[in-house]
Amino acid sequence: MTDLATIVALALTLCILSFLYRENPFYRFAEYLLVGVSVGYSTVVICRNSIYPLVIERISSSGDILVLIPAALGLLMFARLKRSWSGLSRLPLALMIGFGAGVSIPAMLQARVLKQVSSSMQSLATLDGIVIVVGVISTMSYFYFSRKQEGLNGRLAKLGTYFLMVFFGATFGFTVMSRISLLIGRLEFILRDAFGLVS
Amino acid sequence: MMTTRKISFVICFAAGIFGLVQYFSPHPAISSVYRSLLDWVQIIFAFALLVGALSVLRMHAGKVMKRDRHWVYSAVAVASLIAMTAAGFAGGADRGSLFAWLFDNVQVPMQSTVFALLAFFVASAAYRGFRMRNLEAGILLVTALLIMLARIPIGELATDWLPRSADWVLNVPSMSAKRALLIGIGLGSVTTALRVILGIERSAIGG
Repeated sequence: MTDLATIVALALTLCILSFLYRENPFYRFAEYLLVGVSVGYSTVVICRNSIYPLVIERISSSGDILVLIPAALGLLMFARLKRSWSGLSRLPLALMIGFGAGVSIPAMLQARVLKQVSSSMQSLATLDGIVIVVGVISTMSYFYFSRKQEGLNGRLAKLGTYFLMVFFGATFGFTVMSRISLLIGRLEFILRDAFGLVS
Repeated sequence: MMTTRKISFVICFAAGIFGLVQYFSPHPAISSVYRSLLDWVQIIFAFALLVGALSVLRMHAGKVMKRDRHWVYSAVAVASLIAMTAAGFAGGADRGSLFAWLFDNVQVPMQSTVFALLAFFVASAAYRGFRMRNLEAGILLVTALLIMLARIPIGELATDWLPRSADWVLNVPSMSAKRALLIGIGLGSVTTALRVILGIERSAIGG
């Protein structure tokens, strides 16, 4: 542990880990520091990667003054900060949400519905393919609430819950593994990089 | 006179219909307007994020001014926000800059430790939640254990049956449930998008 970078990173890592004992001033300090640093980082990245190349550079290099329209609409977003002016921020929001909704309709239908249905139907000749189709139909029937889930519909829905449990179990397993590997990474940093206890 | 609320519905409807129609039209003029609108939305989105940042700054600065409870921590948030922003604008964001140093040695260690903390809470939630009360809970437990065992070195060393079974579970039953959920999400998203464009769902733009 020689350089300042390691000392700072170690101190902040221990501050966050101290939450395992209970909430304390060290944890709270690190928590607020993380909020401030993250917001500051986002601010710089937004300005450097979006506002500067899309607005300032375009006006200065190609004289594209049309970008002043979205810039003005963007500035209207700041009206949200004053209650009496907040209505003005609806205009850029409406453009963003309306355009996003329109573009998402064909994209969602293509990627989430048609592509998934066609992929599910492609390997029907194999046992795995049949299991996939049965799984898709039974899981979807679990979310079909227009009819009471009894009889065939009820049995399909029940089968669907088993497939859902497999999915949730797999997702949970992956989540645990990813968190554990992050923890191992932090412990490696403390024991190897900071204190040199392990090689 | 039209209020901003009415104008915003008109803008939302027109932008939504254009966004939908452009997908089906190969006309160069429509493609050109579409590309411009994509940039416009990106610019507005960037400003919206800045509003969020300013809102955080204002909230914490307000707490400091009023000497609110825990104002000292708010002062830390304000100071770090200003310092990080100033470092990014004054010294650049390239490798070797103060901004990059703060990101690598302050933000990244804290962020990854916060996520690592979740390992303990997930373990405690699993201890309480993973009781084999019925068949569904049993399936959840067995699948999670199988996936975790197959992804650690000891699982692979013990038997090659474990990783193969985990792969089958991921590629067949888990995949089928995931596809059904994606289809449901897709249909739900399309319905919500249509409701927004047609002005039935107005909460998103303050209706």
